[in-house]
Amino acid sequence: MRYSGFQVLKQALSGHKGWGRAWRDPEPQSQYDIVIVGGGGHGLATAYYLARSFAKARVAVIEKGWIGGGNVGRNTTIIRSNYLLDGNEPFYEYSMKLWEGLEQDFNFNAMVSQRGVLNLCHTDAQRDAFRRRANGMRLNGVDAELLDAEGVRKMAPFLNFDSARFPIKGGLLQPRGGTVRHDAVAWGYARGADSRGVDIIQNCEVVGFRIENGICLGVETTRGYIAAAKVGVAVAGSSGAVMAKAGMRLPIESHVLQAFVSEGLKPIIPGVITYGAGHFYVSQSDKGGLVFGGDIDGYNSYAQRGNLPVVEDVCEGGMSLMPMIGRAKLLRMWGGIMDMSMDGSPIIDKTDIGGLYFNGGWCYGGFKATPASGMCFAHLLATDTPHPTATAYRFDRFRKGLMIDEKGMGAQPNLH
Amino acid sequence: MIINHPLLGPRDSQEFTYLGDASLIERPDWQAADAVDQFYDYLYLRDNPAGLHRELWYHEQGDRSWLVVTRNTLTHDITSVELARDVAKAKGRST
Ligand SMILES: Cc1cc2nc3c(=O)[nH]c(=O)nc-3n(C[C@H](O)[C@H](O)[C@H](O)COP(=O)(O)OP(=O)(O)OC[C@H]3O[C@@H](n4cnc5c(N)ncnc54)[C@H](O)[C@@H]3O)c2cc1C
Repeated sequence: MRYSGFQVLKQALSGHKGWGRAWRDPEPQSQYDIVIVGGGGHGLATAYYLARSFAKARVAVIEKGWIGGGNVGRNTTIIRSNYLLDGNEPFYEYSMKLWEGLEQDFNFNAMVSQRGVLNLCHTDAQRDAFRRRANGMRLNGVDAELLDAEGVRKMAPFLNFDSARFPIKGGLLQPRGGTVRHDAVAWGYARGADSRGVDIIQNCEVVGFRIENGICLGVETTRGYIAAAKVGVAVAGSSGAVMAKAGMRLPIESHVLQAFVSEGLKPIIPGVITYGAGHFYVSQSDKGGLVFGGDIDGYNSYAQRGNLPVVEDVCEGGMSLMPMIGRAKLLRMWGGIMDMSMDGSPIIDKTDIGGLYFNGGWCYGGFKATPASGMCFAHLLATDTPHPTATAYRFDRFRKGLMIDEKGMGAQPNLH
Repeated sequence: MIINHPLLGPRDSQEFTYLGDASLIERPDWQAADAVDQFYDYLYLRDNPAGLHRELWYHEQGDRSWLVVTRNTLTHDITSVELARDVAKAKGRST
């Protein structure tokens, strides 16, 4: 069924009895052309573009829990393409362009809202760095505006401008940045893939790979063996644990990142605002909750929950940037597991094992990448060549000294 | 998390700075024939286990000792804490 305003009216008049399920719940077949491991945003987008753009019919997505139960349903929903380095910026801008057409493309309301992303600066040096970043963005054809303190004050008069320690000197604004309803991204891609013949198999964990003579023949799952000509792994925070089953060690550590939502409040925050003097960022959901977060906890974790020191740190950042946040009540907080790579940038590449492909290392910024990541991984799986915007995301960049280190932190994943 | 420091007793993990996998103690020999490969492994590749993990913590806001902490990455439970210098010495290192 095609979703439309007409359908909403028609179903309303017939008691909403005709909607039907959005995707099937098929039994796994014994064999597929391509098996995608991981039913997060990236895995589902990959399957969708494989079916839509590369006409690969026999594709399955294997998910150990339920789709949307991982980071795609745990993130703070920010999308942006305000990167500096050449390896990154064209890719993230490609993703932004795909976001802009996504809802029409997959016929699902993902609430893509380009409400602007504003990064604040508090020192002259920081402003210089933002000017450089803005120029880098513009050279790649991306929108970027530098605001002075007055410009910021117009957008967000409630911020703490005159803090003696961290006065707000201005900001870098990407007007096309914004937020997207994260669960709807998983659901939209799932429905779009399913309607094009992809089997989405939930409650099915990949527990091993069948590898003979350096070739991957298929995956061992909790629901039996599934053969596949090609296997693409997109399991985000579980990358290390899953690829270890294929005998691989990755340039990745798993870390926990927490997020927080307040009670619903009247509209106050116009877009996404990030603090430049502490680790804190905030936006307001359409339901009115303040959605905010900060730093990763900083130690290896697969626990999907964080600890109190970072909660305190995030709240301190919030109080310092917008003291009125102290009056809001916190409703919920949770954690998700990040695949933190050694240079803070992702990997979309073949492995040394024939027929086995890998997509990961998204750190805490992979939600915005979902459409481009899916398209580029589908491109690689279908054609065995990297997509033009993802040629830098190779495994061997670490060996060759071609790191894409946006933050200039070196091989210290908990600092990216 | 509370880290039971071998010399100072239980301390809040906030007093510490985290470095990563304890294998970072075993810096390769830069003169080895395959030093390039060894350093690639050492710098960039990680076991990243879901389960027991031996890792380096630095008591920055305390006695400045390096510790090897064995912690379960699925539960955050800490099962043993050793001085990193004892661990290194047991491996035959001089310091
Ligand atoms: C708190 C938080 C805030 C964030 N905020 C942002 C943000 O504002 N903007 C942004 O761009 N990014 C953000 N991110 C990062 C972003 O969410 C992730 O980078 C991205 O979602 C990862 O890709 P994914 O959606 O495919 O991951 P996931 O949804 O985690 O998908 C991976 C899937 O693989 C499955 N899986 C794992 N092991 C197996 C197995 N053995 N067999 C089968 N299936 C398996 C998991 O169950 C999971 O469903 C945030 C993350 C967190 C946790």
